[in-house]
Formats: sequence, C-alpha cells, structure tokens
Amino acid sequence: MKSKNLTLFIVIGAILLLGGCGCGGYNKMVGLDQNVKGKWGNVQSEYQRRSDLIPNLVNTVKGAANFEQETLTKVIEARANATKVNINADDLSPEKLAQFQQAQGEVSSALSRLLVTVERYPELKANQNFLNLQSQLEGTENRIKVSRNDFNTAVQEYNTVVKSFPNVLYAGMLGFKEKGFFAADPGAETAPQVNF
Amino acid sequence: MKKYLFFIFCFLSLGVSAQVEKIIPAAPVPPRLVNDYTGTLTSLQQEDLELKLKNYDDTTSNQVVVVIVKTLNDYEPYEYATALGRKWGVGNKEFNNGVVFLIAKEDRKVFIAPGYGLEGALPDIICKQIVDNEILPNFRDNDFYRGIDEGTTAIMQAAAGEYQPPEGYADRGNKEGVPIVLILLVIFIIAIIISRIGGGGNDGSFMSRRGYRDTGVPPVFWFPGGGSSGGRGWSGGGSSGGGFGGFGGGSFGGGGAGGSW
Repeated sequence: MKSKNLTLFIVIGAILLLGGCGCGGYNKMVGLDQNVKGKWGNVQSEYQRRSDLIPNLVNTVKGAANFEQETLTKVIEARANATKVNINADDLSPEKLAQFQQAQGEVSSALSRLLVTVERYPELKANQNFLNLQSQLEGTENRIKVSRNDFNTAVQEYNTVVKSFPNVLYAGMLGFKEKGFFAADPGAETAPQVNF
Repeated sequence: MKKYLFFIFCFLSLGVSAQVEKIIPAAPVPPRLVNDYTGTLTSLQQEDLELKLKNYDDTTSNQVVVVIVKTLNDYEPYEYATALGRKWGVGNKEFNNGVVFLIAKEDRKVFIAPGYGLEGALPDIICKQIVDNEILPNFRDNDFYRGIDEGTTAIMQAAAGEYQPPEGYADRGNKEGVPIVLILLVIFIIAIIISRIGGGGNDGSFMSRRGYRDTGVPPVFWFPGGGSSGGRGWSGGGSSGGGFGGFGGGSFGGGGAGGSW
C-alpha cells in the first residue's frame, strides 16, 4: 500500500514536472507554428502572383509571328498542373512540400525556356508590353526567393524546437509534426534569367 | 541519401542568406539617408541630397535611403538591397514604407527596392522605368549626382501621398530627453558667461572670488546626477540637431527593379 502510494506520487510528480516544461514549450511551439504558417502564406501569394502573370505573358507572346507553339503549351500545362497542387497551411509535411516545389519547379523551367526562345524574336524584345511583363516576372521571381528563404528560416526554427528535448516527447502527440522546407532546387538554376 | 542531400542543400541556401547580411555595412550612426562608401559624391552634394530626403521623410514618413557601395560581392542586386533594407530597418515598422536605392559602382549595377508598403506605389515596372529613364543615362555620362538626384525625385513623386506621417513625426528624433539637455546647455553657457563677467574670470585665474572650483560654474548649475549623465546628454544633443530622425524597422520582400550601365 505504501509503495503503491510512493509510485503514485512519483508519477504525479513526473507529470507535473513535464507539464511545467510542457506549458512553456507548448506556447513556444504554437508561436513558431503560427510564424511558419504566416510565412507560408507569403510564399503562396508570391507563387500566385507569378501564376497570374502567365496568361498575360502567353497572350503577348502569342501575338508574335509564328511563335513556337510547343514552348507556349508547356508553360500553360505546367501552370495548370501547379495550380492543382495546393497545400493547406496545417499540413506542411516534407512530402507535400517537395510535391509543391516539384510542380512549381516545372513552371520555372517552362518559363525559362520561353524567355530563352524569345531571344530569337526581335519584335518581341522591342514590344513594350512584353518588356513590362518581363520586369514584373523578374521581380516576382525575386520575391519568391525571398519569401522561400523566410519560410525556410521559420521552419528551421520550428523544427529545432519541436525536435529538442523535452518537447520531442509530446510534440507529436499534440500535433506538432516536423515541417518540410524548400531545397535549393534545380529551380535556382532554371529560374528565368532576365538580363537587361 | 536523398533526404540527406536535401538537408545539406537547404542549409547551404540558408547560409547564403545569412552571409549577405554580414557583408552589408552596419547602419550609419548617427543615422543618415545618403550613404556613400565610395567617395563618389562631394560632401556638398551629399548634404544636398540628405536634406532633400530628410524633408521628404519628415513630411511623408517615407524613407528613401541612397547607398553607394564598391561591389556587391557577387550577390544579386535585389538580394543585397532587400537584406540591407531589412538590416537597417528602412521605413516604418507599421507601414514598411522604405526604399533602398542601391548603387554598386564597380559592378556598374543599380537597384531600387521598395519596402512591402510601397510596392503598390512603386511596382517593378515603375522602378524599372525610373532606372532606365532617370538614372542610367546620367550614370553613363558619369554624372552620378544628377542620376541620383533625378532618380530620388522620381521615386519621391511616385511614392508621395501613400502614407500620412503620425503627429509629431518630424520631431521624433528629438523626443528623447533632448529638450532638457538643450535647456541645460543654455543654462550652462549663461552660467559661464555670468561667472566670467561677474566673477572676474577673465583675468586668467581659474579660482573665482567666491572660491568656486576651476570650472567657473557655480555648483547650483551643475548637472543633476553628476558628470556622467551630463556627458551622455551632450552627445545626444549633438547628434540630433535637426538631422534625419532614424530608421523605423521597415521590412522588404524582394520587390523592385534594377539595371546596369
């Protein structure tokens, strides 16, 4: 009876102790989680900005005399595929994020090919509308890189806390899973290089 | 293996973003809006631009900062300008209404980066037009001052009316204890004059008639709290004599446009 009581005390004590650490840890994780979600929102809206520019770009390029149809089709297809990959901010698992990055990477490389092809069409390079779109596109790519970097920093902070002791003991139970981040992917090389 | 590489790549990419901040100069003390690290502009030209941008900040709360560096150390202009804007905190924290006008002289590159809050007034295409029409032609003629002058004017016009400065914004740099310091300064000077005239301090003797110590100031006019607080007050008063009131912690998102001459 006595030893049973002692065990009970130890268990309650352990719960209280861990609970004490847990409360601070929990609040911290909530804060970091919110931060990651906010940064993810920025990433998504920057990709959306690019997605919104594409129809305009395609229409402008289409106007050029017999522009390569295949290049245009690839851009349109890649965009359509990428818009299908939507990630909820509550589920930023590494797998989902890799999927998202893959789909957006396709858009990047298709756009890159388009802009290289344009080099062969002097009339396009003198087209004011096209030049406007080109500078908007470049600014958007820059914004994407910045927002991705910010997102990665936020995820790194979050993952470090979630995976450190004692948070690691109960983080999973409370729904704080490890989050994925952007790799410095081939997209970094294939992002449209626009030289002025 | 794949996952392992994934991590390495990620940390590499994070490392890059951290490194660019290291090569960016620290925010100027006292804060200035025109920062020439190359000696391109004469001090008169710098004062001219500083006054223009300072007045603009006072009336609109938009902070346009001009930075001339030698080289970007192979970083992309947008990357450098964005990191600099964030590091210095150009613009207000609330509005994020700063603009970084970056010139890399040896790289022959220029970039205009508006903060988040001015991306509407200065979309990439407007930045591009300002660079192409106002800045680059002058830079090609080696007239840097004119390029910067016309470029900043165009930026100011584009961003005008976006935000209203809060009450007392122009005096914010002078808020912190400076009036008291100024009052003390005036009292101090008067005290010296009185003691010199009334106390016969002009005869070369440091001991006055009344037997005060060699400061020539009656004890009643000494700073409360002793010399150390007085000393801090002096430097505070000196650095904010109507100059630029300081950066506000604005942030940047990578927008803007640039060019090369």
